[in-house]
Amino acid sequence: MKSTPDLAVEATGLIKHFGSTRAVDGIDLAVPAGTVYGVLGPNGAGKTTAVRILTTLQQPDGGTATVLGHDIQREPDTVRSLVSLTGQFASVDEDLTGTENLVLLGRLLGYSRSQARRRADDLLTAFGLADAADRQVKKYSGGMRRRIDIAASIVVTPEVLFLDEPTTGLDPRSRNQVWDIIRVLVSGGTTVLLTTQYLDEADQLADRIAVIDHGKVIAEGTSGELKASVGAGAVHVRLRDPVKRPDAERHLTKALGVPVLLEHDPVALSARVEDSDLVARAISGLIAAGIEVAEFSLGQPSLDEVFLALTGRPAEEATEDAPGEETAA
Amino acid sequence: MSTHQPTAAKNGVATAVDENLIATLTAGSRPPRPSGVTTALTFGWRAMLKIKHVPEQLFDVTLTPIIFTLMFTYLFGGALAGSVESYLQFLLPGILVQTVILTTVYTGFTLNTDISKGVFDRFRSLPIWRPSPLVGALLGDAVRYAVASTVVVVLGLVLGFRPDGGVIGVVGAVVILLVFASGIGWIFTTLGLILRTPNAVMGVGMMIIMPFTFASNIFVDPSTMPSWLQSFVDVNPITHLVTAERGLMAGTASAGDIGWVLLAAAALTAVFGPLTMYLYRRR
Repeated sequence: MKSTPDLAVEATGLIKHFGSTRAVDGIDLAVPAGTVYGVLGPNGAGKTTAVRILTTLQQPDGGTATVLGHDIQREPDTVRSLVSLTGQFASVDEDLTGTENLVLLGRLLGYSRSQARRRADDLLTAFGLADAADRQVKKYSGGMRRRIDIAASIVVTPEVLFLDEPTTGLDPRSRNQVWDIIRVLVSGGTTVLLTTQYLDEADQLADRIAVIDHGKVIAEGTSGELKASVGAGAVHVRLRDPVKRPDAERHLTKALGVPVLLEHDPVALSARVEDSDLVARAISGLIAAGIEVAEFSLGQPSLDEVFLALTGRPAEEATEDAPGEETAA
Repeated sequence: MSTHQPTAAKNGVATAVDENLIATLTAGSRPPRPSGVTTALTFGWRAMLKIKHVPEQLFDVTLTPIIFTLMFTYLFGGALAGSVESYLQFLLPGILVQTVILTTVYTGFTLNTDISKGVFDRFRSLPIWRPSPLVGALLGDAVRYAVASTVVVVLGLVLGFRPDGGVIGVVGAVVILLVFASGIGWIFTTLGLILRTPNAVMGVGMMIIMPFTFASNIFVDPSTMPSWLQSFVDVNPITHLVTAERGLMAGTASAGDIGWVLLAAAALTAVFGPLTMYLYRRR
């Protein structure tokens, strides 16, 4: 891995409209080479569109971006020879077998037939897919699909690997496997830019995180820096009776001295707190006031809480991801 | 709360993945960039693999030609030419054209289906000659057109079609037809990129193809048609194509007839090829 430029990806003021929607509304990114960079945001925040622009699949309406010093608009072909993309949806041919997919890509990237075949076999073995090599990808499980997707992205080891929501919809075991693969890739010198909806995932993998909302970067830093801005932890409370939630909200706000977030679940509330003693007293207070608590926990802040801290409102549930998906279809 | 600790990577499976993966990563050096011919042929190979895995997609190039040839031969044969045998000598080159031209619609249908899937994003993010996925798809379709042609010709021979042009004439006719069909194919790749759904491509495609194939000299001699229709038939490219096909199969084709077909194919490619690429780049 060459280490000439310090930044693997640099974007300044990227803009992309779809009709009247500003899917990407002035995004700045600076991704240091050789690191994992997390782009965190809810559905529809513009993550996918940003990744599509950076991998030359879409033209920005404004702003500039470079990959390892090469401009994505002036030198798209050079950029394509440096990056590799694993899209949010299956980015291999589902009708073909695992081997056929990897041989296809190997041939397209310039390997001879036998080199491509060898590379495919090596990758399938390394990703634990040797047994499924001759099965059509449409018969793979979700976790296997994700692994073949990623394998397809490193037939030639890219300088920068873009992973668009690599673990969305995966069970915890498959998710851990994908995480392990990403860690190994980075230890081999590849820069990884991944998008995710899960703070947990960004926290586990990313050296730096950009939080995106409505097409803008609303916070950027290491996960430690972001958490410091959000509060050390969060208390989650579930009540027995949803009718009591307004009472509980009033009590908790008073006892904890911070804003209380009403979750989508009609019996759930949460708040960011520093002090666990305070939480213990607040829960006792609820019980004393006759509000029955089904369960409570003290844990890491959720994405909702990060958003509440950064924007003063919960992360919105958009019905679809970036409209780019729609126009690309 | 985190369910995953770094130590989890140390369990058996994950460690095996790690060691192999590190070794595999270092092996992924970039080979020299392949030529456009190589990548286009590789995409053609992909089309062949898809036929291997989904052989049902050959129904439209095997069963449809059989049904068409049998139906029109026996439906019109007696009425139009007095006997099935004599009509077949007239119809077969025409029905061959109709069958293959109808098949070109599937080029757009397939592209529209294909491009909506994530795999096309991967192709578009590769450092390759940009038209190669589309050129490769057309190469694959040329194989389908060849299958359809073979079915029609063999069935014709079985039913009693006896071309005076011999083997060379028939093979020549099929080759010229494939060239023309590939030109038409670019119209449907264009439509495949403009229209939203595969079904819309089918609908619009058939709407274009039907009048051109029926209002031609495929089924009947145009001299019996009203003059307004005759003037359309005379300028209809399909008419010229069928004339060349009949000529080749009968061994009487003029260089002008063949030249016209090749020129038309070149013109279609020159207009719709770049248009397709323009639309493809903008997606």
